[in-house]
Amino acid sequence: MELNSRVPAGPLEKKWDRHRFEMKLVNPANKRKYTIIMVGSGLGGGAAAATMGELGYNVKCFCFQDSPRRAHSIAAQGGINAAKNYQNDGDSIYRLFYDTVKGGDFRSREANVYRLAEISVNIIDQCVAQGVPFAREYGGLLANRSFGGAQVSRTFYARGQTGQQLLLGAYQALERQVAAGTVTMYPRTEMLDVVIIDGKARGIVTRDLVTGKIESHVADAVVLGTGGYANVFYLSTNAKGSNATAIWRAYKRGAAFANPCYTQIHPTCIPVSGEYQSKLTLMSESLRNDGRVWVPKAKGDKRAPGAIPEDERDYYLARKYPSFGNLAPRDIASRGAKEVCDEGRGVGPSGLGVYLDFADAIKRLGEGVIRERYGNLFEMYQRITDEDPYKVPMRIYPAAHYTMGGLWVDYNLMSTIAGLHVIGEANFSDHGANRLGASALMQGLADGYFVIPNTISDYLASAKPAKVDTSHQAFKDAEAQVAERTRQFLSIDGKRTVDSFHRELGKIMWEYCGMARNEAGLRKALELIPQLREEFWRDVNVPGSDVELNQALEKAGRVADFFELAELMCKDALHRRESCGGHFREESQTPDGEALRDDEHFAYVAAWEYAGDAKEPILNKEPLVFENVKLSQRSYK
Amino acid sequence: MNLKLRVWRQADARAAGKMVEYDAPDVSPDMSFLEMLDVVNERLTEDGQDPIAFDHDCREGICGSCSLMINGTAHGPMKGTATCQLHMRSFKDGDLINVEPWRAKAFPVIRDLVVDRSAFDRIIGAGGYITAATGGAQDANSLLIPKVDADASMDAAACIGCGACVAACPNASASLFTAAKVSHLGHLPQGQPERYRRVLSMVSQMELEDFGGCTLYGECQEACPKEISIDNISTMNRDYIMAGVGS
Amino acid sequence: MNRATRFYQAAIGKKAVMGITGLIGIGFVIGHMAGNLLVFRGPDAMNAYAHFLKSTGELLWIVRLVLITAVVLHVIAAWQLTLQNRAARPVGYVDRKPQVTTFASKTMRWGGVILLLFIVLHILHFTTGTLRPSGFFDEADVYGNVIASFRIWWVTLFYVIAMIALGLHLYHGAWSSVRSLGYAQPSKDPLHRRIALGIAVVVWLGFTAIPVAVFAGLIA
Repeated sequence: MELNSRVPAGPLEKKWDRHRFEMKLVNPANKRKYTIIMVGSGLGGGAAAATMGELGYNVKCFCFQDSPRRAHSIAAQGGINAAKNYQNDGDSIYRLFYDTVKGGDFRSREANVYRLAEISVNIIDQCVAQGVPFAREYGGLLANRSFGGAQVSRTFYARGQTGQQLLLGAYQALERQVAAGTVTMYPRTEMLDVVIIDGKARGIVTRDLVTGKIESHVADAVVLGTGGYANVFYLSTNAKGSNATAIWRAYKRGAAFANPCYTQIHPTCIPVSGEYQSKLTLMSESLRNDGRVWVPKAKGDKRAPGAIPEDERDYYLARKYPSFGNLAPRDIASRGAKEVCDEGRGVGPSGLGVYLDFADAIKRLGEGVIRERYGNLFEMYQRITDEDPYKVPMRIYPAAHYTMGGLWVDYNLMSTIAGLHVIGEANFSDHGANRLGASALMQGLADGYFVIPNTISDYLASAKPAKVDTSHQAFKDAEAQVAERTRQFLSIDGKRTVDSFHRELGKIMWEYCGMARNEAGLRKALELIPQLREEFWRDVNVPGSDVELNQALEKAGRVADFFELAELMCKDALHRRESCGGHFREESQTPDGEALRDDEHFAYVAAWEYAGDAKEPILNKEPLVFENVKLSQRSYK
Repeated sequence: MNLKLRVWRQADARAAGKMVEYDAPDVSPDMSFLEMLDVVNERLTEDGQDPIAFDHDCREGICGSCSLMINGTAHGPMKGTATCQLHMRSFKDGDLINVEPWRAKAFPVIRDLVVDRSAFDRIIGAGGYITAATGGAQDANSLLIPKVDADASMDAAACIGCGACVAACPNASASLFTAAKVSHLGHLPQGQPERYRRVLSMVSQMELEDFGGCTLYGECQEACPKEISIDNISTMNRDYIMAGVGS
Repeated sequence: MNRATRFYQAAIGKKAVMGITGLIGIGFVIGHMAGNLLVFRGPDAMNAYAHFLKSTGELLWIVRLVLITAVVLHVIAAWQLTLQNRAARPVGYVDRKPQVTTFASKTMRWGGVILLLFIVLHILHFTTGTLRPSGFFDEADVYGNVIASFRIWWVTLFYVIAMIALGLHLYHGAWSSVRSLGYAQPSKDPLHRRIALGIAVVVWLGFTAIPVAVFAGLIA
């Protein structure tokens, strides 16, 4: 497989500009002759579908939710970065670019990241024009806050609901196009396969989740914006429906999957309370500004936190990272919590939790100030745990949150299948091995509003896809395969529920391919996953039929794909014998236990190619060339 | 604790439905309401019965998917909380809990507790936007918006589109939903050029969707998980009247 | 379709009509009550007031026409809205517990029907003299008509019940009419809600005082 990144020549800051000029255009009158399929309707998909509709393309947009407004982008809390330098604190496009490359531990493609930083500025303008109610100063100018991994204040926000407001902006633009007839919306419809004809992506096969009808949709280009795959861990901060099926089906049709092992574990989530737990809730990272993280010094100390005297507490982050203390970056704080819990010093009923204690801050600043700063978060915590964080310390534990890996794409966001484009969290392109806070929203909107509408025209104008329709044999074959798979799920009639398998898979992944990974563990996972998958196909119980709304059937398809993806993640994690960003290999650490990169051997994108169910996937490498930034070791001591 | 549930079961849009009783034993007070339903569903599946279908996704109170009428109250007994954030400690051992879908002509039942809320999307499509095609925007800071206006706009924009307002309204009116969007965009300078056009189109779409009218019971405001105020309905009425009387 | 029809087709349009006609009704009711209270100042004051009203001739008919139109529009809009609202939920809940619905708002429809019936009977009773429960009616002696009628227990009871309906109708109506017309005050306890309560209580007390006082023999 050839990996041509198609990064334009020329200096970094001129690449996108020049590329836009060099790309071919589609005549305005001809645009409506082209049909584009957009799978997913979140920040990336919603923005792309709306914009391509505005340009005059005939767009078909699909989402599994009942409305495009429900996409999980909606749950992002903190904010969106943009290099506006409104605060005059020394920010610039170059600084945002540099912070993102460094934050990603030097495992992303320079040109893509620079374009992202450039476009960040237009995103804010566009969103304000749409009526996104960003926070304002009294004078009427936009307000900013600072966020992890940056020394400047460049994050724009709308209370704690930035993702919601940005998504609603895109959704409103999308519904405007739906009403105008340029976009046809297919809610409660799941993509189950992508159809390739003459080497080009020409359509998809979907299942109507209400009637069960399997249908083919033909197009001149297909765009996937279906989000990340953190639900492979079962428990994550993702929505219950978030899944990898679309990108996994594309992978099996020939799209390379890049860096699957790069996953982000967020340090401040509410711990698991029981076996029935269905998802994890994030508590904003900002809490670590005033909360102190600690565990008892003694193993198995079951005393109430208040009964543990000061000298028997271990403020481990402050101890290990005196200069950053409780504000150490996400990956480091997460690993710290895992370590102390592994030592048997975790707190709470499960022993998987650490304290985030506000007692000092309350004593110093008064309860009023703390209430003002974090009142809504404390309330949410209390609602979920029934504990009052003003009186007893919060308990937190890391949780799977975001996946930096995804389908490999070139500079035009096209995968290794011609005509199949991938945007947002579903692709691998911008965050390297670790994503900084407030960057996911930025990438989704950059891809959706500004990149794909341009690059797709170039593809259509150059590829000039021939006419095909759904009677083509490739569509018939794909439909038959989808129908057969559905029939298979329903016919197994085993004993275990889909969720029970998913939960068990999640435990394996969390244990062996979670916050810290090592060769023995990954090999163990690679033994356990196929066994469990085999049991799944033998003993899963999917009730109901395929001609009705059948939520168990939907889940079965997604979990079946998670099984295969989980294996690829472990293979990728096993092959990458270095630590970088969210991927921590215990074998590769500095003497004081920090992540140790191996730039000599691993400064590349690992793009895995499907070779057949019974065959090992093929590893393709896209070398990462750094012409502008100097590679350095991160240190937070 | 041990609970009894009475849940609306309906095979599809055309089938007749009925309340069916289920046991929910060994419920932990730390479970969310939906996790309790998950556990009931796991057992139903193991017993060879069809699990109860219900809409849900983010389970953190922001996506607006979950939509249950619990013991006669939209989203259950806890104020300002969506069903997914309601925990079982709000109930006591031995309780009988009625679980029904949203009821409105505009929200037909698809299956069990799942309803079709696409009418909301069409109301937004009719005018719940600012026409601003991608690309032509001016610098974000060239538009000054007083903080009070931005805040008032955000208060209304917090709507998650769950439909609890319709479900709770004795008239099944979508006034609060529609008004929240009218108010969100109407409070901003960017929203002014289309202000009256917007309210006319959105209201007329709301009528076409067969929602009821507002008679100011105030139930919507009580049921709203984001506690959006019925003051927004007055704002919508004012804009509608101005649009009708004025240009 | 012209603009007025389109405006009226939406529930908000109908509610605006109900709001305006309701406000006209509120104005009338307050004035009517103030006039009626003259009964406490004796037969001369009362009859002189009645005579004055009749002497205005065409003006009185204009007012009457406005009032009748208001009532008709109010009733038609209410009827149409009720049908629309009923149709909006064809399948009801097995269990529904209203959280904040007031008794007043819940009884707007039936209370309205009672009031409509009352208005008709009231006009037939005191204006045209078609209904003569006491057997006595003298167009020139309004005071006498009042005294004679309210000595009868069931007439008094009917008026007292009707006035409870009126008070409740006003409590919700005085508040919601301004809201329907687009006025809102962002407050948990808005002033107009208290004003509505004040109007409702004063009108109810004022109107109820007359039959009760007559029946109790306080006015002869």
